[in-house]
Amino acid sequence: MSTASVPVAAGTLVRRKPPWAVRRKRILVAVADHSLLIVVAIMFLAPFIFIVLTSLMTNEQALSSHLWPSPFRWGNYIDVFREAPIWRWAINTFIYSVLATLGVLCSSIPVAYALSRIRWRGRDLAFATVLIALMLPPVVSVVPLYVMWAKLHLVGNLGPLIIPNWFGDAFSIFLLRQFFLTIPEEYLDAARVDGCGELRILGTVVLRLAKPAIAAVALFSFLYTFNDFFLPLLYLRENPSHWVLQIGLSEFRSLHQVQWNLTMAATLLVMMPVIILFFLAQKAFVEGVTLTGVKG
Amino acid sequence: MSPWLVGFCLFFGYPLVMSVYLSFTHYDLLSSPKWIGWANYHYLFTQDPQVGPAVRNTLWLILIMVPLQVLFAFGVAMMVARARRGVGFFRTIFYLPALAPPVAATMAFVYLLNPATGPVNVILGHLGINGPLWFQSPQWSKPSLTLLSIWGVGNLMIIFLAAILDAPQQLYESAELDGAGPFQRMRWVTLPTISPVILFSVVISVIAAMQYFTQAYVAANIASGQASQAGDQTVNNLGYPEGSTLFYPVLLYQHGFRFFNMGYASALSVLLLIVAFTVTVLIIRNSRRWVHYAGAVK
Repeated sequence: MSTASVPVAAGTLVRRKPPWAVRRKRILVAVADHSLLIVVAIMFLAPFIFIVLTSLMTNEQALSSHLWPSPFRWGNYIDVFREAPIWRWAINTFIYSVLATLGVLCSSIPVAYALSRIRWRGRDLAFATVLIALMLPPVVSVVPLYVMWAKLHLVGNLGPLIIPNWFGDAFSIFLLRQFFLTIPEEYLDAARVDGCGELRILGTVVLRLAKPAIAAVALFSFLYTFNDFFLPLLYLRENPSHWVLQIGLSEFRSLHQVQWNLTMAATLLVMMPVIILFFLAQKAFVEGVTLTGVKG
Repeated sequence: MSPWLVGFCLFFGYPLVMSVYLSFTHYDLLSSPKWIGWANYHYLFTQDPQVGPAVRNTLWLILIMVPLQVLFAFGVAMMVARARRGVGFFRTIFYLPALAPPVAATMAFVYLLNPATGPVNVILGHLGINGPLWFQSPQWSKPSLTLLSIWGVGNLMIIFLAAILDAPQQLYESAELDGAGPFQRMRWVTLPTISPVILFSVVISVIAAMQYFTQAYVAANIASGQASQAGDQTVNNLGYPEGSTLFYPVLLYQHGFRFFNMGYASALSVLLLIVAFTVTVLIIRNSRRWVHYAGAVK
């Protein structure tokens, strides 16, 4: 360290008055760096911009090669609701997302706590099974589960989508367990000395300390169910009164032939809740994604 | 703990056992399963004309789409990390598309890449380039889906970015003192420090590629409706155009939930399970040679 500090100090001295050539080179490099970044960023934003523009066009214009709407047809956003039962789809989505997320939280938090902070026989085995469940592709279990729900006559409504979440979700259990392990044992011991049962410790100490992880799990679960297409497709396709937004959106164009302007308006409406949620809870999002990637 | 054990057996253990059992039967949901031995597997490996193309299509995703995704996410993360100002701003821009529901994102891309009047081909036309047929062409349908997946690469990008920003600064400083240029620093400092994260994202992406379904289903559905202009739902449009987007999970869906051939679909899913498991183990084993864990004893 001591050898390193000398050149660094020298560096700051030099930096105070760099020769013009060096400064120019630095600026050019910075601009080059950022210009590539800016170009890529614009390309990433472009699809959103085109969706918005198209959603404000007339149908004839959306089918022409014009890129800018003239006139702006704001009425599309009223027509969308008139043309398709979007509110019903939204309510079904809301029921699915909220009940499934509640289920994930109610089931995964106690399990993750038991897997991290209580010692019991078979705990390692139980954790290993969670890891295996985490690795396996869900597609694999789809057929037998469908058969099971068909025998229970629940195909066609939201039950098969919601109920499994009340029995724990491997990813959420894993994420919460990793976070619970970082809580200092002293806090829990202090509560135990005060005569708290494990459930009460979980309810008071752990829940309060693990807020970021719980928020991340809730967010992911909500997002996952809101965006989910595969399970609704399997269980709800034949029953349009229970369609969720994603199914409705995917069938929107066959309901309305080739009306790209209305289709793009509907597409944007389906994107909006997630994007609004993101801006409301940006910190929890980024922390959550990082939590899964780096610590997992 | 115990309610979860019940649920675990019900929603994880039971399907696993049942999948294996059903794969040896003929079962259409109406009559009870009929034991037919290895017949499903025999048909799968030697006769089904769709299995070969479906496997090749899925391999295309693993060998071309996944590496492009990881490379792109890494490149963008490096650029964002080097930007001195606006890291948060750029991070938001690159992450937003990853949030878009897959169905909505796919619909948007089918419109954007619509051959005749879609904005992309219009712009290409202004530049004097004759744009391809994108989702309407068997050669371009998978590249189109790849563009869509690169647009949604934000999750990987955020993970990479966090890892890059997390790398110990003194390593860069000492590398710079030793006269390492930007590329050498990337090769000998950045890559080794974030190699566990690269491994994690490769494994996640490969597993996701093996299950690639929603985008392929929606793209084929919308693009074929656009071609026929009729919007007839009863036509089997899975894999449109010409089976080029018939990936393995789409094939599984077709047999299980269009033809209600539950036995054969189970055989397909058991094979997928075995392959997914083997590939994951192989990647992780192989990784010991190139993944560097901080503080690990060699």
